[in-house]
Amino acid sequence: MSMEIPYTVDVRPDTGLTNGKLGIWLFLASEVMLFGALFASYVMLRVGAHEWPAGATYLNIPLATLNTVILISSSVTMVLAWASLAKRDFSRFRVFMGITILCGLGFLVIKYFEYTSKFHHGYFPATNTFLGVYFTLTGLHGLHVIGGMAVNGYLWGPGSALWKTDPVHFTNRVENAGLFWHLVNLVWIFLFPILYLL
Amino acid sequence: MSESHDTKNAHAGHADVDHHVRAAYYVFGSLLVLTGFTVGAYFLHLPHKLAITLALLIATVKGTLVAAWFMHLVSERKMIFWMLGLTAVLFFPLLLLPTLTVLDRIMLR
Amino acid sequence: MGLETAVAHGAAHDAQHEELGFWRKYVFSVDHKMIGIQYAITGLLFLLFGFCLMMLMRWQLAYPGAALPILGTLLGEARMPGGTMLPEFYNELGAMHGTIMVFMGVVPLAVGGFGNFVLPLQIGAPDMAFPRINMASYWSYFVGGSVMLASFFVPGGAAQSGWTSYSPLADIAGSGQTWWLFGMVFLITSSLLGSINFIVTTIQLRAPGLSFWRLPFFVWAQFVTSFLLLLAFPPLEGAAFLQLMDRLAKTSFFLPSGLVVSGQVLEVSGGGNPLLWQHLFWFLAHPEVYVLILPAMGIVAEVIANNTRKPLWGYRSMVYSLMFLGFMSFIVWAHHMFITGMGTTMAAFFQTTTMIISIPSVVILSALVLSLYGGSIRFTTPMLFALGFLPMFGIGGLTGLPLGLTAADIHLHDTYYVIGHFHYVVAPGTIFGLFAGIYYWFPKATGRLMNETLGKIHFAGSFVFMNVIFMPMFIMGLAGVSRRLYDGGASYAHAQPVLQWNVVSSWGAWGLALFQIPFIFNFFWSIYRGKKTDANPWHATTLEWSAPSPPPHGNFLTPPAAYRGPYEYSVPGAASDYSPQWEAAKA
Repeated sequence: MSMEIPYTVDVRPDTGLTNGKLGIWLFLASEVMLFGALFASYVMLRVGAHEWPAGATYLNIPLATLNTVILISSSVTMVLAWASLAKRDFSRFRVFMGITILCGLGFLVIKYFEYTSKFHHGYFPATNTFLGVYFTLTGLHGLHVIGGMAVNGYLWGPGSALWKTDPVHFTNRVENAGLFWHLVNLVWIFLFPILYLL
Repeated sequence: MSESHDTKNAHAGHADVDHHVRAAYYVFGSLLVLTGFTVGAYFLHLPHKLAITLALLIATVKGTLVAAWFMHLVSERKMIFWMLGLTAVLFFPLLLLPTLTVLDRIMLR
Repeated sequence: MGLETAVAHGAAHDAQHEELGFWRKYVFSVDHKMIGIQYAITGLLFLLFGFCLMMLMRWQLAYPGAALPILGTLLGEARMPGGTMLPEFYNELGAMHGTIMVFMGVVPLAVGGFGNFVLPLQIGAPDMAFPRINMASYWSYFVGGSVMLASFFVPGGAAQSGWTSYSPLADIAGSGQTWWLFGMVFLITSSLLGSINFIVTTIQLRAPGLSFWRLPFFVWAQFVTSFLLLLAFPPLEGAAFLQLMDRLAKTSFFLPSGLVVSGQVLEVSGGGNPLLWQHLFWFLAHPEVYVLILPAMGIVAEVIANNTRKPLWGYRSMVYSLMFLGFMSFIVWAHHMFITGMGTTMAAFFQTTTMIISIPSVVILSALVLSLYGGSIRFTTPMLFALGFLPMFGIGGLTGLPLGLTAADIHLHDTYYVIGHFHYVVAPGTIFGLFAGIYYWFPKATGRLMNETLGKIHFAGSFVFMNVIFMPMFIMGLAGVSRRLYDGGASYAHAQPVLQWNVVSSWGAWGLALFQIPFIFNFFWSIYRGKKTDANPWHATTLEWSAPSPPPHGNFLTPPAAYRGPYEYSVPGAASDYSPQWEAAKA
């Protein structure tokens, strides 16, 4: 009996899915519940608070807007990276994936400046509930950005060896990594107005 | 993988991908515009409840665009929709019920 | 199919792949069967350890303040000075008993062990969809479990704020709590990886002909359980992260303003809400209890169908009930929080959903009982445990009803009644189901049968003593004796009339321990000396019984297919009293 697990590259006819595609969506579902819990915490703490500072009191809106644009752009380049592979253009994939990773890096650099500026002003997670929520939510989101960059970096680098032996499998992997990256973008789309603007 | 499979579907596949890429550019543009709206709405200094509603509405539209086109949900399989539907249904009790129990409290006079 | 032929055939296939060394074959294996066995053995060891913790507690409860001979002095002055248990140590034992039993014992055995070993075989798959992620999930569990064990040795000892880790107590507790939180992160990660694997495997890797409605009930149970794990655990992971922030970064997610500790106001920003922790915790912990019971129901269903030689009664209604139960389990959680000051509207909401959720449980239990009617019952050891499960789960379920009604819960909340209720469901409930599964699938995993006489002794003793331990707890709870009291209620006037039941429960626990010895001996002895058997000693119908015992790498000698439903027993006109799923219909 062959040990090959079926439907890693080809789709199963009745579901129309590869194992990896289904797997990543399930993982994303769990991530939705994770961030859901954190948003629920924010709602509960804010509703229960006597007063809640406006985001602008502590936070830099222009920088965060820039970060939002960076993340949205990186999502587009992620799609283009996958599309390049789907059209068998490996070098274009490398360009677009590289830009995606650099955008992620840019996001983190800006976040670094945001955080250090807070610390400089004496604003820490322990200072008050608003800042506790801010640092925790953006911190966990930031960890996901790092995780996504690590995966993308692997696919850009050593992982791309798979392109030569099994291009369809590699394309699927990039597509699935892209789904994770888009979720990271999606979470930020909600985090940004909620924390900074409301 | 099978070469013939590739070449047979190559043309159809490529056209499909091009369509997908075009859609992604439109979504990109929309997202930038909507981000502008989000920040712009902030400067309108709307009353609190309206501000929250508007911000969440715009964010939901943006999120839907990302999910539908970047994450390709518009052409995804039924199975995935079921999973996500289930998740969505469970997401809202998680988000809202804890706060509701705090709002509806036994009041000691 | 002789064992030797199977092994030789398997070995021939193995020769085509590289010969795996000891470490790749037994330790860092990606084979679901080896991983399942790793989960099962580790889970059983943790169950035993958690049991030992409880036996220690029961000494203190039966004889509060009395010195424990020998063992008491061995545990050291920090925990048991002069052999007498310190209250702090009692709390450690209590918190860790619960944590270990739930997260490191029952679920890893029921889901990681049985799910991993049996599920791919029952659906005719060569392995799980993601073998390497499977391996990662086991090792994440191992690391999490190790962190939990190590926490006993940190200054201040292990977590001691209950398995529920309520804030603000857990926020300000000693460092053991931080270890608990990190341990939980690893355990939750293991769970998430595993649940993704199970769901993808069940959907994608079913053999030809195995439609969803031909799946064994065990597979359905594991499938629904995996969704519970996937979607309910992340909020607890979030909560753990928040509690870590409170403890390490001095935030106040769960610390209210103006909290006074030991006469001094706590220097934190405040503004947090202890109830937030409770909501996030119970959002997981309620579905978690269904994670505890569903795999056991799955096992019991398989064993009953096989040992009555007839199909399960109401298979479809059982499956629909599973799905309904799984869904409802997400919206009942605040019945654990009825007395936190909730208003009547929200309390009524959760009371209603809780009452509704009892319906699918009743349907499943009734269907299992009805499945016995008209059957040709074989009283094998697995069947004895499966039969024992039925009334025990019945008692556990029925005693849950008053707890789900807000008015009664005011009196019963946090009493021994609750402890009696949930232990009935998990201990003579789930664990009996798991024992049934061990005796049932042992021959598949090893090619040998466990000894029947020892099995029956194990069953009889366990059944009696489980009831001796837990039945008195309802009496104590109704009298108002609170749980988590280090002296078992001895310092309360209202507890005096029922205190003697503590002694009864304790002797029950030690008696139960004695009757696990035949099982432990039987388990290891039978691996080497058990009666050898072939692929299908129980004459069962599901796909795993078509593979050799034990199955080789890749599981099946020829790719399997399913030609009929999972419980075609005693089909009129058939040649034998079972028509296996994998056998094509004769022309």
